[in-house]
Amino acid sequence: MSDSGVANAVAPAFTAAAVSRRAVGEGAWLRWALTGLALLFLAVFLVVPLVLVFREAFSKGWDVYLAALTEPDAWHAIKLTLIAAAIAVPLNVIFGIAAAWGISKFRFRGKQVLITLIDLPFAVSPVIAGLIYVLVFGSRGWLGPWLEAHDLSIIYAVPGIVLATIFVTFPFVARELIPLMQEQGVSHEEAALTLGASGWQTFRRVTLPSIKWGLLYGVILCNARAMGEFGAVSVVSGHIRGKTNTLPLHVEILYNEYQFAAAFAVASLLALLAVVTLVAKSALEFKHQRDRERSARAATRQEEL
Amino acid sequence: MSIQVRDLNKSFGQFKALDNVSLQFNSGELVALLGPSGCGKTTLLRIIAGLEFADSGAVLFSGRDATATHVRERSVGFVFQHYALFRHMSVYDNVAFGLTVRPRRNRPDKQEIAERVHKLLELVQLDWLADRYPDQLSGGQRQRIALARALAVEPRVLLLDEPFGALDARVRKDLRSWLRRLHDELHVTSIFVTHDQEEAMEVADRIVVINRGRIEQVGTPREIYNAPATPFVYGFIGDANRLSGRAAGGWAELAGLRVPAPDFAQSEPRAVTGYIRPHDIELSGGGEGDGLAARVESVAQVGASLRVSVRSPEQAQSLQVELPHSGGQWPFEVGDAVRARPRAARVFADAPV
Repeated sequence: MSDSGVANAVAPAFTAAAVSRRAVGEGAWLRWALTGLALLFLAVFLVVPLVLVFREAFSKGWDVYLAALTEPDAWHAIKLTLIAAAIAVPLNVIFGIAAAWGISKFRFRGKQVLITLIDLPFAVSPVIAGLIYVLVFGSRGWLGPWLEAHDLSIIYAVPGIVLATIFVTFPFVARELIPLMQEQGVSHEEAALTLGASGWQTFRRVTLPSIKWGLLYGVILCNARAMGEFGAVSVVSGHIRGKTNTLPLHVEILYNEYQFAAAFAVASLLALLAVVTLVAKSALEFKHQRDRERSARAATRQEEL
Repeated sequence: MSIQVRDLNKSFGQFKALDNVSLQFNSGELVALLGPSGCGKTTLLRIIAGLEFADSGAVLFSGRDATATHVRERSVGFVFQHYALFRHMSVYDNVAFGLTVRPRRNRPDKQEIAERVHKLLELVQLDWLADRYPDQLSGGQRQRIALARALAVEPRVLLLDEPFGALDARVRKDLRSWLRRLHDELHVTSIFVTHDQEEAMEVADRIVVINRGRIEQVGTPREIYNAPATPFVYGFIGDANRLSGRAAGGWAELAGLRVPAPDFAQSEPRAVTGYIRPHDIELSGGGEGDGLAARVESVAQVGASLRVSVRSPEQAQSLQVELPHSGGQWPFEVGDAVRARPRAARVFADAPV
């Protein structure tokens, strides 16, 4: 009697397993088709162009490649790009942390409006972003005459490039940190304060360590965009060789002058940057994931004890 | 250190979290702020800590006005409901935090910090966990580490926000009596917030019952249970039969039960609500004698007492009665005719509508 009871209980389980196996089995070809399609897509639109960039860059040999990079205008473009990123990234780190802090730790009116505004650079075409600065600081803009009178130049000069770069990159850090800090709440900071820590100590020893992965991730993305930005910078730069050209602009000029090998050589530098960024990003994600898993495992071990 | 709060008011938009609250906490006392969720008890605790500021009113530490003192300078130990341990620091670093953030001139040296941290970890009986991270601890362990961290700065007052709220029932019971023993050892003025009446009854020297931002009653657990001051306290603490009726001439008639009501000596009958604890009702068998004639509806044995539900044929509401009980024989079975007599009751006038 009891035996048949067990058998009855087991039978439906077997059937269920069989059904689910069949459901997966029928999907196998579909799974392969979808994966294959995605891989094909990636190959055609990403891998092949990337390989071609490097092939073209080296098409006239190593010497031409090196010459294209060390030529004074190219060298200046590299420096300008690094300077723009070196100013824009730290400023956006400060802005991003401040904005995320304000939004996640305080209650105030218009918070949603602020969050939407932070997203504006993502929503607006970079060309428009560049034009905004021309309208404000250009010779016929609002502040143009005043700037001219004081012998200051922003548009068609380095400050304009830096400003445009800051504009297009400012959501990256803030966007990364806001959800993270909102999720963490304020109790850790409050705990630090009740223990006698100052505001700065609380930030450095409690807040910063708990957001460091998100922050690093935001910095990497922000840096990649700062170095690669074309549209906004193109509008405000004026394309003055050896003066206001960044790497992406330099690539365009070379290309338009039919110096393909040189253009691709410089482009390969940017492509390399992209690859390094992606590797760094994945490494960070991997390490972060591993840390989390390790502590989760330790916690389970603790429960079992 | 004694704490006094005077005429505290606090609103969040339309919602009034504290409504003219004045209280005195004596030095070395363990006081529970007890009330349903959203009653303002946590807000009060946070205002005392300096994490929140009242719209009006004052907070006094040892008679000195601390209303404008920054949370850093109040030297309060605050234990958060979800512990708020620093996840990226080991247990040791968590407990040492309050000492290491001190300005250099009054920061103890490394060895002294180590000694104090280990002493505190011994006090909370978790010395062996110093190198672990908060993720690797159980809920009860985290709570004790949070307490050790708060005690490290030698606070003048210890504030605990729902200290056992996030723990499962058994751990909670253990920690409760442990907290009581710890307090008896340390004698630091402590205030804890809870919505669990049993917890407040068991641990606290005094209980402050709060409802809708107002203080309903302040007293020892015994006073609160035996002489609830308001209908709310009657309903919130312990079980009670809530019966409506009328009162006049010093007596009240509650759903067929006649109880003395000395507050209502006027001749004009008034609508009242009476509260009778289940163990304050006597049952006697048979149809004779005084009291309300009723029938037993159900009997259940819970531990050392019998829970009997009786109902009079004329009344809509049944009465819950609790009788001490030992041995296997129940004095009443379902369907028995009984007479119910209240031993004690408390009658409140209904609020005029």
